[in-house]
Amino acid sequence: MTNSIDDVTQESDLIMLVGSNPEEAHPVIGMQIRAAVERGCKLIVVDPRDIGLTAYADIRIKLKPGTNVAYANGIMHVLIKEGLIDKDYIADRTQGIDELAKIVEDCTPARTAAICDIDERDLIAAAKLYAAAPRAAIVYCLGVTEHSTGTDGVMSLSNIAMATGNLGKRGGGVNPLRGQNNVQGACDMGAGPDDFPGYQKVANPKVLAKFEQAWGTKLSAVKGIKATECFPAMTEGKIKALFMFGEDPVRTDPDTHHVIEALKSLEFFAVVDLFMTETAKYADVILPGRSFAEKEGTFSNTERRVQRVRKAVDIEGDTLPDSEIFIEIMNRMGYKQPALTPAEVMGEIASLTPSYGGVSHARLDSEELDGRGLQWPCPDANHPGTPVLHMNGFTKGKGEFAVPVYQPSAELPDAEYPLVLSTGRVLSQYNAQAMTGRVSGLNEIEGSSFIEINSKDAANLGIEDGECVSVSSRRGSIKSVARVSEKTKPGQTWMPFHFQDGNSNWLTIAALDSIAKAPEFKVCAIKVEKLV
Amino acid sequence: MSNIKLTIDGKTLEVVKGTTILAAAQMADIKIPTLCFLKDRSAIGSCRVCVVEVEGMEYPLPACKTVARDGMVVTTSSERLTTYRRIALDLIVSNLSEEAWKVDEASSAADTNNNQLQTLCQEYGIETASFKTAAPPKPKYDSNPFLSFDPNLCIRCQRCVGACNSAARNHTLRTGKKGTRTTISAPFGKNWKSTECESCGNCAQACPTGAIKAKVKLNYQPGEVQTTRTTCPFCGVGCQIDLKTKDGKLVDVEGANGPANKGLLCVKGRYGSYNFVDSNDRIRTPLIKNKQTGEFEVASWDEALTLVTSRLSDIKKQHGGDSIAAFACSRSTNEDVYLFQKMARTVFETNNVDNCARV
Repeated sequence: MTNSIDDVTQESDLIMLVGSNPEEAHPVIGMQIRAAVERGCKLIVVDPRDIGLTAYADIRIKLKPGTNVAYANGIMHVLIKEGLIDKDYIADRTQGIDELAKIVEDCTPARTAAICDIDERDLIAAAKLYAAAPRAAIVYCLGVTEHSTGTDGVMSLSNIAMATGNLGKRGGGVNPLRGQNNVQGACDMGAGPDDFPGYQKVANPKVLAKFEQAWGTKLSAVKGIKATECFPAMTEGKIKALFMFGEDPVRTDPDTHHVIEALKSLEFFAVVDLFMTETAKYADVILPGRSFAEKEGTFSNTERRVQRVRKAVDIEGDTLPDSEIFIEIMNRMGYKQPALTPAEVMGEIASLTPSYGGVSHARLDSEELDGRGLQWPCPDANHPGTPVLHMNGFTKGKGEFAVPVYQPSAELPDAEYPLVLSTGRVLSQYNAQAMTGRVSGLNEIEGSSFIEINSKDAANLGIEDGECVSVSSRRGSIKSVARVSEKTKPGQTWMPFHFQDGNSNWLTIAALDSIAKAPEFKVCAIKVEKLV
Repeated sequence: MSNIKLTIDGKTLEVVKGTTILAAAQMADIKIPTLCFLKDRSAIGSCRVCVVEVEGMEYPLPACKTVARDGMVVTTSSERLTTYRRIALDLIVSNLSEEAWKVDEASSAADTNNNQLQTLCQEYGIETASFKTAAPPKPKYDSNPFLSFDPNLCIRCQRCVGACNSAARNHTLRTGKKGTRTTISAPFGKNWKSTECESCGNCAQACPTGAIKAKVKLNYQPGEVQTTRTTCPFCGVGCQIDLKTKDGKLVDVEGANGPANKGLLCVKGRYGSYNFVDSNDRIRTPLIKNKQTGEFEVASWDEALTLVTSRLSDIKKQHGGDSIAAFACSRSTNEDVYLFQKMARTVFETNNVDNCARV
């Protein structure tokens, strides 16, 4: 998030929520957004499906899945045409508005409404309401990123914030809600092929030299590939070994058949995990991992806040701290890595990562911080952290407007597979259920596969609410239970991806965004048939 | 904003105008007993346990509802106040089932974890109810998997109502009326699934008597548990939680007042964040797959690590470091992930390192 949770929920005059269902996926933020609306903050909900917060919205945009870029460009068109952009801010702090204006010139409300399948009056009203708010925040989630055009989706939303002067302002910003407890931290820590910790680029020779010197060894300058690209590379035989730490791609990655085929073609596969997951079953070796309650360290949340994780228990068994496993492997493979405590590891992180330069366990535990953590960038030990990014200008000088152009999703419905499937989360479950599936009460609330289908489609297919159905795509077929409602529009369906008794990822498509390589979980073509 | 001065128990304090006597006292570490008050959730001023004497006023006033005025002189403990508080508590418990407030080692029906009514009754020596009324027992609402409501233990302080409406903003737990009496209407009955209740349990955390009870946590006495402040392992909000351990086992979790969650938790964080930790099916030793049978067999760390490092070294030697990929865990700590990517880059000799950010 460019801004903070407090900032968005307490200072904003308007929240535009795009492809995000925080009441279920980020419930405690959902609670605070409800509080924001109740204190008078306006709310625009942009989502193909009715979510709980739709009932709170001033304007609802129930757009066709996969048309976020068209929607955002349509908003941009209205902002420019109606003179609702912040000319001073644009002149002072940005560049490229003319190119963007050219691109969105054709994105008239009528054309946008046709692409997105919405009423053009709602689009115009949304643009005007957003522009009228002194402080307007955009909040988005995987409904924006999990598309083959996800990066364009994010950039087209950023354009709106920048053109109205809402970037680098309290109560404004462009705010992704990160899905996992430490996905922000994992990216910050250099668990990505292109980046050392703190997004220092592997491709930059100076950065490479810095880490070679700090770590005292030669490092590869060869460009790495992203996880979603690794599966085809395994099948092709380019990747022969995989060392995996606590993921379950057999359940969570798109197109399960292609994931299993890839794992089966590996020469060697090692897994560190807490449980015998569907993925771990394919491993040659499984090393027992430790859960958050058994370790010291830090997580970085969605607002870039580094907070402590503290050890509460030991469990019985022959386990090792995860960090010791990695240190042991480094030493056995010829790199002299001294044993370090988690606090000492943070010391090394801080010494090499400018944005974490002022972070230490001692500081996080201090009375001065009183458990509030530190929001990066926090470059030195006296820096209080940064609740709102870009307050005094952009890191790269002038903010550059992107020029995203709407492209349809990779797989569109046709005669054979006439419905669109999007996937997502429900309140009581979390991802592949490794943790929540072991709590019977959570399963009692929601514990098995279902598919939401519009009542018109259901009537055409002779399917009634609660009936068993077969759901198929070009990649696979599963059984599920129909939930018939108006939550999705005709032609559109929705499934949670948590449940192994009918896992939607047998159906989803491994079409990737060209830059971020995120899969298109939100759009694939399916057919639904009644099971007799 | 202008400040005012007041004196509490002989101590002169300067506070912002609009501060209540209770808030002023808390800032100065002066303890005033409270029962129905819960900061940022509820201040209906009904229980009369927080009464204090204010110079010039004939009767004691509730500290939670009375705004401090310039020059006020407040006394928080006296014989008269003790009598007032005893009568207030006596009246409250007279309407209640004894298990709500009586300390009984044998009975675990009342949740003793957080029973502030019980603690107050002990402190003020309430042993019998003087004004006992014979009310027929009311049925429990007990169908929600995590939460139950027993009206027989309820003092109608409305802290739960504040938690649901002013904090979680779920608006499913409400007050009702039965004649002239206020009742609590909790959505945990037979039709719990059709309500909008998110089972977040913030009401149970607010309840001072155990009338609203979290059903899954194990019973414990406050003195028997250790508390560890940590961060919830689920989504990216970063809620601060207090893990409670008894004899080295996790028994409960409470929402802590973190910057992102302000004491709130959701159903996953509250009921799903600790039960899995010592689950029977945790993998507790290294396992190596027997190539003949396809079954996993228990191995020593040395055997397992030797296999991992020798196979990876062989593959690296034959095909180069870029034939290896390493996926880190976005559920693990920054420190673990840092070491993981360092391992991939230094000894696997590849930049094929990623995490599950995309899925």
